[in-house]
Amino acid sequence: MYPPQCTGLASISIRTLKTRTEEDPDFLFKYIEEVYRIIERHEETIKAYITLRPMEEVVKEAEKLLKRGSLGPLGGALVAVKDNISTKGIRTTCGSRMLENYVPPYDATVIERIKAAGGIIIGKTNMDEFAMGSTTENSSFFPTRNPWDLERVPGGSSGGSAAAVAACEATVALGSDTGGSIRLPAAYTGTVGLKPTYGLVSRYGLIAYASSLDQIGPIGRCVDDVARVLSVIAGYDPRDSTSLKVEVPDYAQFVREEPLRKYRAVVIEEMIAEGIDKGVVKVLEQVVSKLEGYDIEVEFRSMPILEYSLPAYYIIAMAEASSNLARYDGLRYGIHLSAEGLLWTKAYAQVRKIGFGDEVKRRILLGTYVLSEGLYEGYYMKAAKVRRAIYDSFRKLFTEFDLAISPTAPTLPPKLGEVITDPLKLYSLDINTVPVNLAGLPAISVPGGMLKGLPVGIQLFGPPLSEGVLLNVARIVEVIVDYEQ
Amino acid sequence: MSNKVLIGLEVHAQITSLRTKLFCSCSSDYRNRKPNTNVCPTCLGLPGSLPVLNRAALEKALALALALNCRISEKLYFVRKHYFYPDLPKNYQISQYDRYGLIPIAVNGSLTINMGSYSKVIRIRRINIEEDTGRIVYPEGSPLGSTYSLVDYNRAGIALLEIVTEPDFSSPREARVFLEKLGSILEHLDITDTSLEGALRADVNVSVEGGPRVEIKNIGSPRELEKALSYEITRQLNILRSGGTLERETRHWIKEKGITVPSRAKELESDYRYFPDPDLPPIRIPVDLVESIKRNLPELPDLRARRLSEEYGIGDYMASVLVLSKKLCDYFERTVKLCGRPKLISSVLVNEFLRWVDELDLDLGEGLARLNSERLCKIVDYVEKGLISVKLLKEYVRRVVSENVDPEKILESGMVTLSSVEDLEKVVEEVFKEYPKAVEDARRDPKAVNFLVGQVMRKTKGRADPKLTNEIILRRLREYESS
Repeated sequence: MYPPQCTGLASISIRTLKTRTEEDPDFLFKYIEEVYRIIERHEETIKAYITLRPMEEVVKEAEKLLKRGSLGPLGGALVAVKDNISTKGIRTTCGSRMLENYVPPYDATVIERIKAAGGIIIGKTNMDEFAMGSTTENSSFFPTRNPWDLERVPGGSSGGSAAAVAACEATVALGSDTGGSIRLPAAYTGTVGLKPTYGLVSRYGLIAYASSLDQIGPIGRCVDDVARVLSVIAGYDPRDSTSLKVEVPDYAQFVREEPLRKYRAVVIEEMIAEGIDKGVVKVLEQVVSKLEGYDIEVEFRSMPILEYSLPAYYIIAMAEASSNLARYDGLRYGIHLSAEGLLWTKAYAQVRKIGFGDEVKRRILLGTYVLSEGLYEGYYMKAAKVRRAIYDSFRKLFTEFDLAISPTAPTLPPKLGEVITDPLKLYSLDINTVPVNLAGLPAISVPGGMLKGLPVGIQLFGPPLSEGVLLNVARIVEVIVDYEQ
Repeated sequence: MSNKVLIGLEVHAQITSLRTKLFCSCSSDYRNRKPNTNVCPTCLGLPGSLPVLNRAALEKALALALALNCRISEKLYFVRKHYFYPDLPKNYQISQYDRYGLIPIAVNGSLTINMGSYSKVIRIRRINIEEDTGRIVYPEGSPLGSTYSLVDYNRAGIALLEIVTEPDFSSPREARVFLEKLGSILEHLDITDTSLEGALRADVNVSVEGGPRVEIKNIGSPRELEKALSYEITRQLNILRSGGTLERETRHWIKEKGITVPSRAKELESDYRYFPDPDLPPIRIPVDLVESIKRNLPELPDLRARRLSEEYGIGDYMASVLVLSKKLCDYFERTVKLCGRPKLISSVLVNEFLRWVDELDLDLGEGLARLNSERLCKIVDYVEKGLISVKLLKEYVRRVVSENVDPEKILESGMVTLSSVEDLEKVVEEVFKEYPKAVEDARRDPKAVNFLVGQVMRKTKGRADPKLTNEIILRRLREYESS
């Protein structure tokens, strides 16, 4: 399932790239040239990248990699990195004017691991400012367009990463997911996006939006690519106190076209209820019936608590955002204004007025409000209770089931400008993705079919650390859909 | 002070014994470094950086909590305290809090202070673990007259323990003794080297009867604390007596001028928007860790005072003063081991040495370096050999501390007690000739003998052996009578 830009050599998987390069080192250079040819032709309209590295730089790194002797598990894959992940020496803007000139002096843990595993950073991708948005229209710089339909958004906030992968402007990409920011753009662009269990992938170097919800994850054109990148970036990191001390398997071994064991899956009725496009639900139903042919049992359950997940999510995310974004005052890094003659408080206010966009300001203000003296108990503490209740409900649900299946997004990708002016409409795009973040669960969005010529994403999620199961079932979905096309 | 005064302390003690900052691996030794060189992404609050707790800080905090008889929390929770200020890299401070179901590492402790004539239990409300801020540096030394200011983040992220008392002090002296004793406990626990600039700082809340609470910030030592409080209480009482009204406000102690002044920026009751730090999930404090720290607590000042008093026979008062500083106490025991005479040495330290250190405004460590054990033992040796009297010994101590000279040099300059009978008899003869009236008085009234002794001392510039002088004068008076 590729959009029209993505053709030929540039569309290959990591596995193919690695195997072919091992046979003939020159293959890697041919591949790089091909990807840059596509970028040259289409990037002007898609606008996936904020910072694209010149081909010569990337070629040089490829040469170094080939000299290293081992291609590593990523075999020279060109990795597009969301612009909120710190890259040493490469500008990292977080999609914000506030950081338009910020060059980190250090690499995020995931970047260190990608490099060590033979991945080459090709560029930094566009995103909603500070990851706040679901369409990538909130970027301070420009919107990114959906390769399937240039009138439509690619989803967000990791829209640049998803669009780059879908259009074959990169092999794979890293995104970050706070309330659906990997899965939603994956669904809208016909790619595979995985949000890992909270704590499985280090957040060190990820510019925080809402720390208790943020996770870095891979976006790829196939389940196998996603599994390979996950194997590289997952695992304990002593620099992140929320990092889980768990053994990380080779996730590629779960990417099988048959179930590794008998699975019981659940569809939560609230996730296909009112507000979800009928056509989207139909795609889900088709996938479900095919899965039953694979001896995967599917049942329906109701989970009324989910009614509160969006408000709880937005209270927690905005509260944390208001705190995390307090540091942007223009004093140490980022935009700097001449504050000559201004009281320092005025200088701070001026920097934040100019540096932040409207959506960021809205969330900082709301977050500040819900943390205020006298309001904290009624908002933040209550939201934390809802979160706990959702976690408990899922835990109970997953004693009975191995995974849950839902549409990733409630509708097809909106057109540019369609939802951006209405925050409530915008926030509701996350209706099926946020419960997963609140509970810290792993989830994957995989293409489930087409509707009106646009891809529809299916979300699979399960109990903590069930990434293997999700990748296995996602691969099966991939096979089903391929058969259909 | 006749009026009722309420004083509460908020002490900030740096954990100077840690090798690193609280949440990153930068050095804890930030002093005397080039500005902004002791920093990393985490303590600079760079985007994407994350804090990781230095576990040793937890152990130090637990030791203090146990020493102050606190109730220890089952879990360690960190919160973010938000306020915008240029010395705060993230514009929030990672600290602890006692509401919203959260609890600081330790609460409800106590420390007993000995005021000589009475002792008093000071209640400890809580102990927090938190991070220090950077420092704002003014080119002209103070905001006045400076056209710009600079920020140095070398100190940002240094581990602090915040100790908050209930308003249990009723005099500046009590507050001073408390801070001295707390400092000594911190030294004995190997938490804080209190001699380092800024390692032990206090903010203090003070109110006089009928007045609001006034906070004074920026106090750097126990002595300054007493001075600042005395000044502030007098200021408040004067305003009330002259019919004025006091404001609830924050003031700063200006050490150089010995006054408090209103804070430039009005610090209103801030809304710090406390909430649990999502980057630092709660940690269960292991019970066996607490038990093992408890078992291995070192000898603390109270016990040490008891031991010193018994072991060396120096009396409870001397011992209680010595233990207010671990350095002084260690020095005392080391010196006694070298040359004995514990009573003499403790009295020299408490009555002479501390007075001169105070008067010369010397750092205690510097004072002890000048009067090192070897030097003090030499002086004691001179006393034992009869070269100098106890009176001269005091002069030796003063000169060694103020001039940093070796006692041998003073001895070589001829400062010895006149103890040869012939020499002293000559001087006594002179005095008798000069003050015949006093001699007459002394014959009738033994108390008047002291005047004659004093004159001999004056003539010899204090070098006369007082006991011998007294004997010679009495003998001469008897001879006078019988002749």
